[in-house]
Amino acid sequence: MRLISYISVMIIPLVIFYITLHALLLRKPVFDLFLKGAKQGLLTVFEISPSLIGLLVAVGIFRNSGALELICNFLTTVKKLLPFSTSLIPSEILPLSFLKMFSASGANALLFDIFKTYGTDSYIGFTASILLCCTETLFYTISIYFSSIQIKKTRWVVPAGIFLSFVSLILSAWVARFFVCF
Amino acid sequence: MLDKLWSFLILIGIALAAITGNIEAVSSSILSSAKDAIELLIAMAGVVSMWNGFLYIADGSGLTKVLARKMKPLLSFLFPNLPKDHIAGDYICANFIANILGLGWACTPTGLAAMKELKNLEQERLCGKNIPQAKHGLYPDTASNEMCTFLILNISSLQLIPMNLIAYRAQYGSPNPMAVIVPGLITTTLTTVVAIIICKFMCHQQ
Repeated sequence: MRLISYISVMIIPLVIFYITLHALLLRKPVFDLFLKGAKQGLLTVFEISPSLIGLLVAVGIFRNSGALELICNFLTTVKKLLPFSTSLIPSEILPLSFLKMFSASGANALLFDIFKTYGTDSYIGFTASILLCCTETLFYTISIYFSSIQIKKTRWVVPAGIFLSFVSLILSAWVARFFVCF
Repeated sequence: MLDKLWSFLILIGIALAAITGNIEAVSSSILSSAKDAIELLIAMAGVVSMWNGFLYIADGSGLTKVLARKMKPLLSFLFPNLPKDHIAGDYICANFIANILGLGWACTPTGLAAMKELKNLEQERLCGKNIPQAKHGLYPDTASNEMCTFLILNISSLQLIPMNLIAYRAQYGSPNPMAVIVPGLITTTLTTVVAIIICKFMCHQQ
Protein backbone atom coordinates (compact mmCIF):
# COMPACT_ATOMS: atom_id res chain seq x y z
CA MET A 1 0.00 0.00 0.00
CA ARG A 2 2.72 2.43 0.98
CA LEU A 3 4.80 1.32 -1.98
CA ILE A 4 2.01 2.05 -4.43
CA SER A 5 1.37 5.54 -3.13
CA TYR A 6 5.14 6.09 -3.20
CA ILE A 7 5.31 4.99 -6.83
CA SER A 8 2.39 7.20 -7.83
CA VAL A 9 3.95 10.21 -6.14
CA MET A 10 7.24 9.50 -7.92
CA ILE A 11 5.88 9.08 -11.46
CA ILE A 12 5.55 12.71 -12.50
CA PRO A 13 8.91 13.89 -11.08
CA LEU A 14 10.63 10.82 -12.56
CA VAL A 15 9.19 11.37 -16.04
CA ILE A 16 10.24 15.03 -15.98
CA PHE A 17 13.69 14.17 -14.59
CA TYR A 18 14.26 11.57 -17.27
CA ILE A 19 13.11 13.78 -20.15
CA THR A 20 15.31 16.68 -19.02
CA LEU A 21 18.38 14.58 -18.31
CA HIS A 22 18.10 12.72 -21.61
CA ALA A 23 17.92 15.97 -23.56
CA LEU A 24 20.72 17.59 -21.56
CA LEU A 25 23.09 14.66 -22.14
CA LEU A 26 22.45 15.00 -25.87
CA ARG A 27 23.30 18.72 -25.60
CA LYS A 28 19.92 19.95 -26.76
CA PRO A 29 18.76 23.52 -26.01
CA VAL A 30 16.53 22.24 -23.20
CA PHE A 31 15.01 25.47 -22.00
CA ASP A 32 14.44 26.83 -25.50
CA LEU A 33 12.58 23.67 -26.42
CA PHE A 34 10.50 23.92 -23.26
CA LEU A 35 9.57 27.52 -24.01
CA LYS A 36 8.56 26.68 -27.54
CA GLY A 37 6.42 23.80 -26.31
CA ALA A 38 4.84 25.72 -23.47
CA LYS A 39 3.93 28.54 -25.85
CA GLN A 40 2.35 26.06 -28.23
CA GLY A 41 0.56 24.50 -25.23
CA LEU A 42 -0.97 27.83 -24.27
CA LEU A 43 -2.14 28.32 -27.83
CA THR A 44 -3.64 24.82 -27.80
CA VAL A 45 -5.61 25.55 -24.64
CA PHE A 46 -6.75 28.79 -26.21
CA GLU A 47 -7.82 26.92 -29.33
CA ILE A 48 -9.88 24.32 -27.49
CA SER A 49 -11.50 26.83 -25.13
CA PRO A 50 -14.50 27.66 -27.37
CA SER A 51 -15.48 24.01 -27.67
CA LEU A 52 -14.99 23.45 -23.95
CA ILE A 53 -17.21 26.40 -23.08
CA GLY A 54 -19.87 25.24 -25.52
CA LEU A 55 -19.73 21.70 -24.22
CA LEU A 56 -19.90 22.62 -20.55
CA VAL A 57 -22.84 24.96 -21.10
CA ALA A 58 -24.80 22.29 -22.98
CA VAL A 59 -23.99 19.65 -20.37
CA GLY A 60 -24.90 22.09 -17.59
CA ILE A 61 -28.32 22.72 -19.14
CA PHE A 62 -28.90 19.03 -19.63
CA ARG A 63 -27.82 18.05 -16.11
CA ASN A 64 -29.96 20.63 -14.37
CA SER A 65 -33.06 20.05 -16.48
CA GLY A 66 -33.99 16.80 -14.80
CA ALA A 67 -33.42 14.95 -18.07
CA LEU A 68 -30.88 12.65 -16.47
CA GLU A 69 -33.30 11.45 -13.78
CA LEU A 70 -35.91 10.82 -16.44
CA ILE A 71 -33.52 8.83 -18.59
CA CYS A 72 -32.25 6.88 -15.60
CA ASN A 73 -35.79 6.06 -14.47
CA PHE A 74 -36.55 4.96 -17.99
CA LEU A 75 -33.43 2.78 -18.12
CA THR A 76 -34.30 1.22 -14.74
CA THR A 77 -37.82 0.44 -15.93
CA VAL A 78 -36.53 -1.15 -19.11
CA LYS A 79 -34.08 -3.14 -17.06
CA LYS A 80 -36.82 -4.40 -14.75
CA LEU A 81 -38.77 -5.67 -17.73
CA LEU A 82 -35.86 -7.88 -18.73
CA PRO A 83 -35.83 -10.59 -16.06
CA PHE A 84 -32.23 -11.75 -16.41
CA SER A 85 -30.64 -8.28 -16.46
CA THR A 86 -31.09 -7.51 -12.75
CA SER A 87 -28.39 -10.02 -12.01
CA LEU A 88 -26.07 -8.46 -14.58
CA ILE A 89 -25.90 -4.79 -13.58
CA PRO A 90 -27.01 -3.13 -10.34
CA SER A 91 -29.49 -0.41 -11.34
CA GLU A 92 -27.80 2.18 -9.10
CA ILE A 93 -24.81 2.07 -11.45
CA LEU A 94 -26.71 2.86 -14.66
CA PRO A 95 -26.97 6.62 -14.09
CA LEU A 96 -23.27 6.74 -13.21
CA SER A 97 -22.28 5.10 -16.46
CA PHE A 98 -24.56 7.43 -18.37
CA LEU A 99 -23.37 10.59 -16.64
CA LYS A 100 -19.71 9.68 -17.06
CA MET A 101 -20.09 9.97 -20.83
CA PHE A 102 -20.85 13.68 -20.50
CA SER A 103 -19.33 15.06 -17.37
CA ALA A 104 -16.48 13.97 -15.13
CA SER A 105 -17.45 16.26 -12.25
CA GLY A 106 -21.07 15.11 -12.43
CA ALA A 107 -19.97 11.48 -12.33
CA ASN A 108 -17.74 12.18 -9.34
CA ALA A 109 -20.60 13.81 -7.44
CA LEU A 110 -22.75 10.76 -8.12
CA LEU A 111 -19.90 8.46 -7.08
CA PHE A 112 -19.70 10.25 -3.71
CA ASP A 113 -23.46 9.76 -3.27
CA ILE A 114 -23.05 6.06 -3.94
CA PHE A 115 -20.14 5.86 -1.49
CA LYS A 116 -22.21 7.59 1.18
CA THR A 117 -25.32 5.49 0.63
CA TYR A 118 -23.85 2.04 0.04
CA GLY A 119 -20.27 2.27 1.33
CA THR A 120 -17.08 2.18 -0.72
CA ASP A 121 -16.54 -1.56 -0.57
CA SER A 122 -20.07 -2.85 -0.98
CA TYR A 123 -20.86 -4.57 -4.27
CA ILE A 124 -22.38 -1.36 -5.65
CA GLY A 125 -19.63 0.90 -4.33
CA PHE A 126 -16.97 -1.40 -5.69
CA THR A 127 -18.63 -1.64 -9.10
CA ALA A 128 -18.81 2.15 -9.22
CA SER A 129 -15.10 2.42 -8.33
CA ILE A 130 -14.08 0.00 -11.06
CA LEU A 131 -16.36 1.61 -13.61
CA LEU A 132 -14.79 5.03 -13.14
CA CYS A 133 -11.31 3.48 -13.52
CA CYS A 134 -11.99 2.23 -16.99
CA THR A 135 -14.05 4.91 -18.71
CA GLU A 136 -13.07 8.30 -20.04
CA THR A 137 -15.47 11.22 -20.48
CA LEU A 138 -16.59 10.24 -23.96
CA PHE A 139 -18.08 13.45 -25.34
CA TYR A 140 -15.44 15.69 -23.81
CA THR A 141 -12.65 13.74 -25.49
CA ILE A 142 -14.44 13.49 -28.82
CA SER A 143 -15.42 17.13 -29.04
CA ILE A 144 -12.07 18.50 -27.87
CA TYR A 145 -9.96 16.25 -30.08
CA PHE A 146 -12.06 16.57 -33.21
CA SER A 147 -12.85 20.26 -32.95
CA SER A 148 -9.15 21.06 -32.51
CA ILE A 149 -8.54 19.83 -36.07
CA GLN A 150 -11.90 20.92 -37.55
CA ILE A 151 -13.32 17.46 -38.09
CA LYS A 152 -17.10 17.46 -38.42
CA LYS A 153 -17.97 13.98 -39.62
CA THR A 154 -16.97 11.69 -36.78
CA ARG A 155 -18.14 8.49 -38.55
CA TRP A 156 -18.37 5.53 -36.16
CA VAL A 157 -16.67 7.07 -33.12
CA VAL A 158 -19.79 8.05 -31.15
CA PRO A 159 -21.70 4.75 -31.51
CA ALA A 160 -18.53 2.76 -30.85
CA GLY A 161 -17.80 4.87 -27.76
CA ILE A 162 -21.32 4.42 -26.39
CA PHE A 163 -21.11 0.69 -27.03
CA LEU A 164 -17.76 0.63 -25.28
CA SER A 165 -19.11 2.33 -22.16
CA PHE A 166 -21.91 -0.24 -22.08
CA VAL A 167 -19.33 -3.03 -22.29
CA SER A 168 -17.29 -1.50 -19.49
CA LEU A 169 -20.45 -1.24 -17.37
CA ILE A 170 -21.14 -4.96 -17.68
CA LEU A 171 -17.49 -5.89 -17.21
CA SER A 172 -17.15 -3.76 -14.06
CA ALA A 173 -20.20 -5.40 -12.52
CA TRP A 174 -18.84 -8.86 -13.30
CA VAL A 175 -15.34 -8.21 -12.07
CA ALA A 176 -16.68 -6.49 -8.94
CA ARG A 177 -18.90 -9.48 -8.19
CA PHE A 178 -15.94 -11.80 -8.55
CA PHE A 179 -13.77 -9.73 -6.21
CA VAL A 180 -16.43 -8.99 -3.61
CA CYS A 181 -17.61 -12.60 -3.38
CA PHE A 182 -14.23 -14.27 -3.09
CA MET B 1 -22.85 14.30 -35.33
CA LEU B 2 -21.48 16.79 -32.81
CA ASP B 3 -23.78 19.47 -34.20
CA LYS B 4 -26.82 17.31 -33.58
CA LEU B 5 -25.67 16.08 -30.20
CA TRP B 6 -24.90 19.55 -28.94
CA SER B 7 -28.23 21.00 -30.06
CA PHE B 8 -29.98 17.93 -28.67
CA LEU B 9 -28.50 18.53 -25.20
CA ILE B 10 -29.51 22.18 -25.22
CA LEU B 11 -32.98 21.87 -26.75
CA ILE B 12 -34.09 18.79 -24.80
CA GLY B 13 -32.64 20.25 -21.61
CA ILE B 14 -34.48 23.56 -21.89
CA ALA B 15 -37.74 22.02 -23.10
CA LEU B 16 -37.73 19.48 -20.31
CA ALA B 17 -36.82 22.06 -17.69
CA ALA B 18 -39.83 24.13 -18.77
CA ILE B 19 -42.10 21.10 -18.31
CA THR B 20 -40.66 19.82 -15.04
CA GLY B 21 -40.26 23.26 -13.50
CA ASN B 22 -36.48 23.18 -13.33
CA ILE B 23 -36.13 26.24 -15.54
CA GLU B 24 -34.69 28.33 -12.72
CA ALA B 25 -31.89 25.84 -12.10
CA VAL B 26 -31.18 25.67 -15.83
CA SER B 27 -31.14 29.43 -16.14
CA SER B 28 -28.51 29.82 -13.44
CA SER B 29 -26.54 26.82 -14.70
CA ILE B 30 -26.13 28.41 -18.13
CA LEU B 31 -24.21 31.32 -16.67
CA SER B 32 -22.37 29.34 -14.03
CA SER B 33 -21.17 26.62 -16.41
CA ALA B 34 -19.78 29.21 -18.81
CA LYS B 35 -17.90 30.68 -15.86
CA ASP B 36 -16.79 27.24 -14.69
CA ALA B 37 -15.48 26.47 -18.18
CA ILE B 38 -13.11 29.43 -18.05
CA GLU B 39 -11.98 28.51 -14.54
CA LEU B 40 -11.28 24.99 -15.74
CA LEU B 41 -9.37 26.36 -18.74
CA ILE B 42 -7.24 28.56 -16.53
CA ALA B 43 -6.45 25.65 -14.23
CA MET B 44 -5.73 23.55 -17.30
CA ALA B 45 -3.62 26.11 -19.14
CA GLY B 46 -0.66 25.96 -16.79
CA VAL B 47 -0.47 22.19 -16.57
CA VAL B 48 -1.09 21.57 -20.25
CA SER B 49 1.55 24.12 -21.28
CA MET B 50 4.03 22.63 -18.84
CA TRP B 51 3.52 19.13 -20.24
CA ASN B 52 3.65 20.43 -23.79
CA GLY B 53 6.99 22.03 -22.95
CA PHE B 54 8.36 18.70 -21.75
CA LEU B 55 6.84 16.99 -24.76
CA TYR B 56 8.83 19.34 -27.00
CA ILE B 57 12.01 18.54 -25.07
CA ALA B 58 11.36 14.81 -25.43
CA ASP B 59 10.65 15.39 -29.09
CA GLY B 60 13.75 17.49 -29.68
CA SER B 61 16.04 14.98 -28.00
CA GLY B 62 14.56 12.12 -29.99
CA LEU B 63 13.09 10.44 -26.92
CA THR B 64 9.63 10.10 -28.46
CA LYS B 65 11.22 8.54 -31.57
CA VAL B 66 12.99 5.98 -29.38
CA LEU B 67 9.74 5.14 -27.59
CA ALA B 68 7.89 4.86 -30.88
CA ARG B 69 10.54 2.49 -32.22
CA LYS B 70 10.17 0.29 -29.15
CA MET B 71 6.41 0.25 -29.52
CA LYS B 72 6.53 -0.31 -33.28
CA PRO B 73 4.95 -3.80 -33.30
CA LEU B 74 2.01 -2.51 -31.29
CA LEU B 75 1.73 0.60 -33.41
CA SER B 76 1.76 -1.21 -36.74
CA PHE B 77 -0.81 -3.66 -35.39
CA LEU B 78 -3.19 -0.89 -34.30
CA PHE B 79 -2.54 1.44 -37.23
CA PRO B 80 -1.60 -0.75 -40.21
CA ASN B 81 -1.97 2.13 -42.70
CA LEU B 82 0.16 4.58 -40.74
CA PRO B 83 3.43 5.07 -42.66
CA LYS B 84 6.51 3.89 -40.79
CA ASP B 85 8.42 6.62 -38.95
CA HIS B 86 5.57 9.10 -39.42
CA ILE B 87 5.66 11.65 -36.62
CA ALA B 88 2.01 10.93 -35.74
CA GLY B 89 3.19 7.55 -34.44
CA ASP B 90 5.60 9.24 -32.01
CA TYR B 91 2.84 11.34 -30.47
CA ILE B 92 0.44 8.41 -30.34
CA CYS B 93 3.03 6.45 -28.35
CA ALA B 94 3.70 9.41 -26.05
CA ASN B 95 -0.04 9.70 -25.47
CA PHE B 96 -0.43 6.00 -24.66
CA ILE B 97 2.42 6.20 -22.18
CA ALA B 98 0.97 9.32 -20.54
CA ASN B 99 -2.37 7.51 -20.24
CA ILE B 100 -0.88 4.36 -18.76
CA LEU B 101 1.23 6.27 -16.23
CA GLY B 102 -1.82 8.33 -15.30
CA LEU B 103 -0.23 11.68 -16.12
CA GLY B 104 -3.66 13.29 -16.39
CA TRP B 105 -3.44 16.50 -18.36
CA ALA B 106 -0.27 15.33 -20.08
CA CYS B 107 -2.59 13.20 -22.19
CA THR B 108 -4.32 16.22 -23.72
CA PRO B 109 -1.32 17.89 -25.42
CA THR B 110 0.08 14.58 -26.70
CA GLY B 111 -3.35 13.56 -27.93
CA LEU B 112 -3.98 16.86 -29.67
CA ALA B 113 -0.52 16.76 -31.27
CA ALA B 114 -1.25 13.24 -32.52
CA MET B 115 -4.59 14.35 -33.97
CA LYS B 116 -2.91 17.28 -35.75
CA GLU B 117 -0.33 14.97 -37.31
CA LEU B 118 -3.04 12.51 -38.32
CA LYS B 119 -4.76 15.36 -40.10
CA ASN B 120 -1.51 16.25 -41.87
CA LEU B 121 -1.26 12.60 -42.87
CA GLU B 122 -4.67 12.87 -44.54
CA GLN B 123 -3.44 15.94 -46.40
CA GLU B 124 -0.35 14.06 -47.57
CA ARG B 125 -2.61 11.23 -48.70
CA LEU B 126 -4.73 13.69 -50.60
CA CYS B 127 -1.68 15.13 -52.35
CA GLY B 128 -1.04 11.64 -53.68
CA LYS B 129 2.20 10.95 -51.90
CA ASN B 130 3.14 7.33 -51.88
CA ILE B 131 1.38 6.36 -48.69
CA PRO B 132 -0.90 3.36 -48.13
CA GLN B 133 -4.33 4.78 -48.78
CA ALA B 134 -7.41 4.31 -46.69
CA LYS B 135 -10.26 3.41 -48.99
CA HIS B 136 -12.26 6.51 -48.34
CA GLY B 137 -10.69 9.81 -49.38
CA LEU B 138 -13.04 12.17 -47.60
CA TYR B 139 -10.63 14.76 -46.27
CA PRO B 140 -10.92 17.53 -44.96
CA ASP B 141 -13.81 17.38 -42.50
CA THR B 142 -14.13 13.62 -42.06
CA ALA B 143 -12.35 11.54 -39.47
CA SER B 144 -9.88 9.00 -40.84
CA ASN B 145 -9.67 5.41 -39.63
CA GLU B 146 -6.54 6.28 -37.67
CA MET B 147 -8.25 9.18 -35.91
CA CYS B 148 -11.24 7.03 -34.95
CA THR B 149 -9.04 4.20 -33.68
CA PHE B 150 -6.88 6.59 -31.70
CA LEU B 151 -9.90 8.22 -30.07
CA ILE B 152 -11.62 4.97 -29.16
CA LEU B 153 -8.41 3.63 -27.62
CA ASN B 154 -8.08 6.86 -25.68
CA ILE B 155 -11.62 6.52 -24.35
CA SER B 156 -10.96 2.98 -23.14
CA SER B 157 -8.26 4.62 -20.96
CA LEU B 158 -5.73 1.98 -20.01
CA GLN B 159 -4.23 3.14 -16.70
CA LEU B 160 -1.96 1.43 -14.19
CA ILE B 161 -2.84 3.22 -10.94
CA PRO B 162 -6.13 5.17 -10.76
CA MET B 163 -4.80 7.68 -8.24
CA ASN B 164 -7.85 9.99 -8.12
CA LEU B 165 -10.18 7.15 -7.41
CA ILE B 166 -7.98 5.74 -4.66
CA ALA B 167 -7.99 9.18 -3.04
CA TYR B 168 -11.79 9.41 -3.25
CA ARG B 169 -12.19 5.96 -1.74
CA ALA B 170 -9.85 6.83 1.12
CA GLN B 171 -11.75 10.08 1.66
CA TYR B 172 -15.03 8.17 2.01
CA GLY B 173 -13.63 5.80 4.59
CA SER B 174 -12.77 2.73 2.59
CA PRO B 175 -10.89 0.16 4.73
CA ASN B 176 -8.73 -0.64 1.70
CA PRO B 177 -8.75 2.14 -0.90
CA MET B 178 -6.14 0.35 -3.03
CA ALA B 179 -8.37 -2.71 -3.44
CA VAL B 180 -9.60 -1.20 -6.69
CA ILE B 181 -6.24 -1.40 -8.45
CA VAL B 182 -6.23 -5.06 -9.52
CA PRO B 183 -9.89 -5.37 -10.52
CA GLY B 184 -9.63 -1.97 -12.19
CA LEU B 185 -6.63 -3.13 -14.17
CA ILE B 186 -8.41 -6.32 -15.22
CA THR B 187 -11.49 -4.40 -16.33
CA THR B 188 -9.62 -1.66 -18.15
CA THR B 189 -7.50 -4.27 -19.96
CA LEU B 190 -10.64 -6.14 -21.03
CA THR B 191 -12.30 -2.91 -22.21
CA THR B 192 -9.18 -2.00 -24.17
CA VAL B 193 -9.22 -5.42 -25.84
CA VAL B 194 -12.88 -4.91 -26.74
CA ALA B 195 -12.01 -1.42 -28.02
CA ILE B 196 -9.29 -2.86 -30.27
CA ILE B 197 -11.71 -5.46 -31.64
CA ILE B 198 -14.32 -2.78 -32.35
CA CYS B 199 -11.76 -0.60 -34.14
CA LYS B 200 -10.40 -3.48 -36.20
CA PHE B 201 -13.92 -4.46 -37.19
CA MET B 202 -15.02 -0.93 -38.09
CA CYS B 203 -11.86 -0.13 -40.06
CA HIS B 204 -12.29 -3.37 -41.96
CA GLN B 205 -15.85 -2.43 -42.89
CA GLN B 206 -14.75 0.53 -44.96
